[in-house]
Amino acid sequence: MFSDLDYDVIQRSLPYLGKGMLFSLGLTLLAMLGGIVLGTLLALMRLSSFRILRLPASGYVNLLRSTPLILVIFWFYFLVPIAVKYFSGNSYAQGIGPFHSALIAFTLFEAAYYCEIIRAGIQSVPAGQSQAAFALGLTYPQAMIKVVLPQAFRNMIPILLTQGIILFQDTSLVYVVGLTDFMGAASKIAQRDGRLVEMYLFAALIYFILCFSTSYCVKRLQSRISPPR
Amino acid sequence: MTMIELQNISKWYGKFQVLKNCSTQIAKGEVVVVCGPSGSGKSTLIKCVNGLEPIQKGTLIVNGQSVSDPQTSLPQLRAKIGMVFQNFELFPHMSVTTNLNLAQIYVLGRSQDEATEKSRSLLQRVGMIDHAEKFPGQLSGGQQQRVAIARGLAMDPIAMLFDEPTSALDPEMINEVLDVMVELAQEGMTMMCVTHEMEFARKVAHRVIFMDQGEIVEDATKDDFFGTPRSERAQHFLSKILHH
Repeated sequence: MFSDLDYDVIQRSLPYLGKGMLFSLGLTLLAMLGGIVLGTLLALMRLSSFRILRLPASGYVNLLRSTPLILVIFWFYFLVPIAVKYFSGNSYAQGIGPFHSALIAFTLFEAAYYCEIIRAGIQSVPAGQSQAAFALGLTYPQAMIKVVLPQAFRNMIPILLTQGIILFQDTSLVYVVGLTDFMGAASKIAQRDGRLVEMYLFAALIYFILCFSTSYCVKRLQSRISPPR
Repeated sequence: MTMIELQNISKWYGKFQVLKNCSTQIAKGEVVVVCGPSGSGKSTLIKCVNGLEPIQKGTLIVNGQSVSDPQTSLPQLRAKIGMVFQNFELFPHMSVTTNLNLAQIYVLGRSQDEATEKSRSLLQRVGMIDHAEKFPGQLSGGQQQRVAIARGLAMDPIAMLFDEPTSALDPEMINEVLDVMVELAQEGMTMMCVTHEMEFARKVAHRVIFMDQGEIVEDATKDDFFGTPRSERAQHFLSKILHH
């Protein structure tokens, strides 16, 4: 069965696949960045001594973590425009488009996961560190930004990157809202040229090479980051 | 002039009462040693003084300001009181100099150069100037604790709190830290020290407070305390630790 495979199709479609890959990587990086920023805020809220901050954050995290990612993408693509029309009363209101819906969905979804990672990271910093910072007269934000978070993130870098690899794989879901990421590009070529075997094998190979080499680097990094004390 | 005043302080962890109606005063320039068996509430008491541990009852006045008053700015109050911890708590991701500079710059608003100058003179004083650019992880426990004392002093504090500063140290390093503390006491710094080092207490303390089960059982001048402690519990404690 492998005798009539046409590997030339890969070479012919490389520019198109490359564009798809750039899209995948861009979406991954943006969602990671947004997810980490939002996740940090959520983690601080979850660790707060004020119930009014703690409860909404844990509600948010638990809701998102018990929801399939694809459903969150659909919410932002299909439901948000409806909600906007309903609340603004403007029946001509447009949605925010597939890219922005996907970006927001991924950011909000990842934030829930990053929140839990970052919360564990903050808790891994001994309580004496923040006490020492407070005892010197630093305010809560100063103590967090200067003393606790740098140590927490240092401990967390490997697992944050690992979560990023998972996110990169998950971005292939954007095909459901008609976006063309690397997987989508490969899929379209496969359908158009009837070269399913070649394209899906090639896509799998690329995902494997990228994800495996990145996790290998993460592992190397992990062993180099010695515990700070 | 009274620097630190505790009036009937009580504190609970859940239902367990850790501090029971503790009252005492520390005057400017006074060195007070707090001792007692483990679990007696000494560390909790000293952490209440700069508001690291909230109190549920009583009044705590530091330098004329009530610590539990919501109007009081705790960061500003804490900036005036140095604190040294059992486990040093230097910031491991910063060099020794940066550890000393941090609060000078962000809390006192000193410039980088001013802060560094101050830090270097204090590192000189505690004998750590040769290690100014090292990281805490590269130093021994005794060295880390001396840096921690310098970090507290860098804020030009009006009083220093010591929470078992030598308990986590190997025996051969205890003296290098105590020497710095003795020198500080002799210069007239107001100090409140939770410690088991009775030699230190004998040498520089003005008063000794003995705590047991959350209560201040004995609050006496050094000579009275080491001469004839009035309470049986303090006598028992002293007989146990002085034999070693």
